[in-house]
Parts: sequence; structure tokens; C-alpha cells
Amino acid sequence: MPPITCTDRELMALSDGRIVDLACGDGGLATRELIEDVFLPRIGNEKLRSGGDSSLVSAGEKIWMTTDSFVVSPPQFPGGDIGKLSIYGTVNDLAVAGARPLHLSAGFVLEEGLSLDLLEAVVQSMGEAARELGVEIVAADTKVVERGFGGGIYINTTGVGATMGAIRLGTDRIRAGDALILTGPVGDHGVAIMATRAGLSFDTRVRSDCAPLWPLTGRLLEGLGDGLRFMRDPTRGGIATALDEVARGTGRDLLLEEMALPVRTGVRAATEMLGLDPLYLACEGQALLVVEESMSARALEIIASTEGPWEPAVVGSVGEEGGAVRLRTPLGGTRRLGPLRGDPLPRIC
Amino acid sequence: MTQPMKPLAETLRDFRDPILGRRLLSQLMRKIEAFGRPPRFMEVCGTHTHAFGRSGLRQLLSGHLELRSGPGCPVCVTPTVDIDRAIHLAHTPDTMICTYGDMMRVPGSASTLAGERGRGADVRVVYSASQAVALARSHGDASVVFIGVGFETTAPALALALEEAEESGLRNFYVLSLQKTVPPALGALLRGGDMGLDGLVLPGHVSTVIGRESFDFLGREPGIPAVIAGFEPVDLLAALLRLTDMVIDDENRVVNAYSRVVGERGNPAANAIVNRFLAPGDAAWRGLGTVEGSGMYLREDKASRDANNLVADPPAHEGEPPDCRCGDVLTGRIRPGDCALFGSACTPESPVGPCMVSSEGACAAHYLYGSGVDGIE
Repeated sequence: MPPITCTDRELMALSDGRIVDLACGDGGLATRELIEDVFLPRIGNEKLRSGGDSSLVSAGEKIWMTTDSFVVSPPQFPGGDIGKLSIYGTVNDLAVAGARPLHLSAGFVLEEGLSLDLLEAVVQSMGEAARELGVEIVAADTKVVERGFGGGIYINTTGVGATMGAIRLGTDRIRAGDALILTGPVGDHGVAIMATRAGLSFDTRVRSDCAPLWPLTGRLLEGLGDGLRFMRDPTRGGIATALDEVARGTGRDLLLEEMALPVRTGVRAATEMLGLDPLYLACEGQALLVVEESMSARALEIIASTEGPWEPAVVGSVGEEGGAVRLRTPLGGTRRLGPLRGDPLPRIC
Repeated sequence: MTQPMKPLAETLRDFRDPILGRRLLSQLMRKIEAFGRPPRFMEVCGTHTHAFGRSGLRQLLSGHLELRSGPGCPVCVTPTVDIDRAIHLAHTPDTMICTYGDMMRVPGSASTLAGERGRGADVRVVYSASQAVALARSHGDASVVFIGVGFETTAPALALALEEAEESGLRNFYVLSLQKTVPPALGALLRGGDMGLDGLVLPGHVSTVIGRESFDFLGREPGIPAVIAGFEPVDLLAALLRLTDMVIDDENRVVNAYSRVVGERGNPAANAIVNRFLAPGDAAWRGLGTVEGSGMYLREDKASRDANNLVADPPAHEGEPPDCRCGDVLTGRIRPGDCALFGSACTPESPVGPCMVSSEGACAAHYLYGSGVDGIE
């Protein structure tokens, strides 16, 4: 998406406001002040405060690592902000692999002129999200780029997680007849972002579903054992792209029931107005699970009894050889559901 | 006076009711069987093409009823020369191009607007014409050009944006109007030769603006049954039923099967504002050539906002892409799957023609919903 200039004013403080200037990234006194005034009070802990070049961490017998960069525009949106997203996004990548998230690093690329109030709000919500999960940010870095050379604020987080004992999740374990389960409605995050960008408001205010999948996935692993075959968080590309990856990975057809797919009324209304398909919009706090058919009721129970924004549903099943996702419409017709192709663009009429 | 309106969600639920839908479907099948051969209908509107695929109806009706797409996708009918014109404008110094997203990836003769953005041109995707006016306000040092693409449905919003710019005295807001109107194009299409069409499914939203009466000529001149349809599965099925009835009874009329939003005369307020800013003129259509009176351009007294006056004409282009049969798809002569490029050289990832780019394009709809590929008809 292009930079939307309407949000420039929100992003960049007015001339008399407090801003990030180039000196904040020079590695000298101003950088130290930024770290001490903005970052440490909000995401600080013993390891970060020690100011070392690296931190010593310990993990379980198997260490999992992942990294993700966050460039969302606008940086604040209904239901969350780029800070919260940068924690949950990386934590969720660990969580769907079956790993308990333990440590994070955070790298900031800030644009000269960024409002310090905005930066503080973002770092504050990062701190809150990390603390709530019991995850420590053990390394951090900040760079400031000249005005016009960055989108206000970019964040990269790298996560380390651990598994105890054998975790056997993978598309190779998926069998014909397995159930496809969604932990909740799809498209909320994508619509919240697009509606904010477009300055749209709807009767039902759509909020981002931005939420952590841990400890939910831990409980599912514990409760379902080998009955849990595979997990995926459908972020960019939405549930349709995630399903396509599973279908390709297994070489099997996935059969979806359109009527079973949970989509909130507000999300449906917004996507219909914009000419978008909610199945291709990002979720930031839901997971697609492939579960042995006989365990699907148990999976729904576990999800429903775990605290979080869950409204689980069985949405389809794994079929025979093929490798395509096929959606059965309410009229009984079948259509193919392919992966996302290009950025979802609003249509003309 | 008027009945209280049902909440939108409730209305939509009614028109998506699968039980009612399946009942209408079997009624339609029986009717077609009695008719003796699969009737050939054209769905004029790109959104209908999409709706037939999305609801699974195209697949369910396959072998019983033939659906051909028409010239109803605004991006698709825009000829290469006009895309080149927009790209040419994007090269002009201190010029910002604002466009709906669909236009970004439509191939011109050498490039696309998205490609030009990558090379440094200031091209922005907007969600409405008035968003372009806001950009003109916040970028006083640039000439802000809105690319007006669409049919009768987008013209009122374009006119409102022009009114807003005029009222706030914005001098740097310009419009490249590629707006088109549907009835003259349908007239040209039907005069263009016999394609064995038994009936037309007419666009619902265009009819909301111009009214059912605007299509009455279809029943007279070439004489073909036509029905104005909504976009939900029950709407589509009800419209197909009416159309099949008319075909069986040899009745050439224009029937309104979308009366919950379409009236006889259309929306007078919308048409009034359009006429204050835009006036008809000839327009070139991909697949149809030049159609008299089918374009909407800035009126002469608004010429100071016409982006055509910002630059000289672009250099002559090399014609439509070789082997691309978008023109034949847009006029119902072939189905997307009949084009040799479909699904091989031309895919949504690397589209050769506009029908594969736009979400309303027939080729994109057929490819995405799996007709003509993957063994799904």
C-alpha cells in the first residue's frame, strides 16, 4: 500500500511537539537519553538495564527461533498498535510451532520527526504485552533515519522459544478425514487496518483481533497429543492462503464449508463495501488447526475453556489426493479457493 | 409513506437463504429442460460475473445454461491508449496521480501505474474521489490528478468531488475522465453481430442510478429479453428465472428483478450533479471500438480541471497486447477459458490483459473460482 498522507499529521508531531530527531540515533548522549527515558521504563528488565552488548539466556532442550518485521500503517488502529502487534506476531509464530515463547529482541527504525508521544504509547503497549505473557525483551536497538526515508516507525522482533520433549507437528502428519478448525472469526485485523486507512466507520466498529496464541496452543498440545497434526496463524494472505499452503504441503484436497466459516457481521459488511474477501485478510490472533477427526470435539472444548477472544468452529475436513482447497457454497456449488494474488485492492464499483 | 426498511443484515440473510436458493435452482433447471436447449445469456456487469463464480452458481448451471461475460468491468473496457495517457501524466513533474486500486496493475503498452510508482512517480491508491480532493488540499504545490474510471455508478461521486474542489477554490485538482455509460455500449454490442444471445442480465447498480426505463430500447431495436438483477444468490436465480420465462414466451422486454433498490427513472439527484460537471462524448472501448456518446467528459466550462490540458498527447502506442483476447471476452464472443493465454501466459500474478487484473474482470473471476482450470467447468 502507498503511504496514506491523511495519517501524516497523526504520525508526525506538530512543530512544537516533542519529536524523535536525528541525534536520537547518533549513538551518543541523545541516544542514551532516548533509551533511558522512553525504552527502559517501558520494556526494561535486568538484562536490558545491564546495558551489555549481548544477553545470556537459557531455554529448554530444544530452542526455536523466529523473526518478523512490522511496518503497519497506521501505527495505531482499533484494537491495537504496532507495538502490541510486534510482540504477538512473533510470539504467535513460536506458539503455532508448539514452542513456549521465552525471550524477544526488539529493533526499532524510527523516522526523524516521529512524535515522542506516539513512540511512548507504542513502547508502553509492547511492555504490557510482553509482561502479560511472561516474555522478556532481552536485547534492543534503535536507529533513526532522515525524515522522508522511513514510515514513521518500523519494529523488528526476534523470538526464542523452547519445547520440552518431542513436538511432532507438520503437514506430513495430516491424514484424509482430519478436521479443520478455526479458533475464531477471520478478517478482523485486515478490516480494522483498511477501515482506519480509508477513514471508514461502520455501524459495528471492527477491532483488530491482535491477541497472543500462547498459552492456547500449549494447552492444545497437552490436551490433544498426537491428535493435533498442524497449526498455522493466518496472517498476511488470510485463511485462504494458509489453507492453500496446507493443501500444497499435504498434496491433499481440503474441503471447506462456506457456511461454517466464522466472519463477523461488521467485517462482512466492510469487505463487501470495499470489494474484498475476508478469507484473504490478515488475522493477528487466530489459528487454523488440523486435528484428528475423533479429537475435534475435545479441541473445541479446550479452546472454549481457554481465556481469549475465541469462538472456535469446525470449518471443513481433509480430503483425498489433489492439493487444492475447495469451498462448498450454501447453494451446494463448489469453487476453488486459491492463495492471495497481489495486495488486496479495493474495487471501483 | 414508505415501509420501514429491514436491517441490512436481515435482508442479506433472506437473499442468501440456501433453502430458497436451492428451490429456485431446481425450478430453473426444470424450466430450462422444458425449453429444450441451454439458453445463452450475457451477464453485462463484472460484479455479476464475480457473483456467479463466488456463489458456485456458474458451476451448478454448467451444461444447463451458458453465461457469457459482457463489457461491464470498467477497468477492462478502458483501452491501452487511455492507460498510456494516465502513465504519461504520471511522468509529468510535480504531478500526483490518484486512482482506484484496480487501475494500478493494468498493462499499458510499456508499463503500468504500479510500475511507474516503483520508478518514482507519485501514484496513490485512493478509496474515493473525495480522498483525492483531500490530497490536493494537503499538497498545494502538486497538480493532483484523479483518474475517473467507471460507469454510471462512479460518475456521481466524481461530480461531487469536482463540486467540493470548486467550492473550496482548489486550483490544483484535475480529473482525467475515462467514465463510460452502459446503454450505448449495449446498443453497439447488439448491433455488432449475432452472438446467439437469448437474453441479457443487466447491471443492478448502474440501473439504480439511471433507472429501468433507460434500458427500454433493448426491447425495441434489436429486441432481446433483459432483466435487471441484484447480486445475492437468490437475486441471481430469481433474475434467471424471469429471463428464461421471457425467452420461452418470446417476450422482448426489460424487467426489473432488483426492485428493492432500482426504480423506473433512477436517482434524479445523482444525475443532476453528474450533468452539472460532465457531458457525454464519444469513447473508445476495448473490444467495441469507438461508441458514440458513451463517454462522460468534463463540460466545456470545467475545462480548467481537465487533466488532458495538462500535457500533450502521449506518444502513439503499439495497440493491444498481441494474442490477448480481452476484447472478445468483453463482448461475449468467447469465454475466458477459450483464450490461448488463459491460465498459462496470463494469470493474476502476471496478467497480459486487463480482464485478468481487475477483481471485476471476467478472466480473473473464472481463474479465481476455478472455472476452466482444475477440471471445474
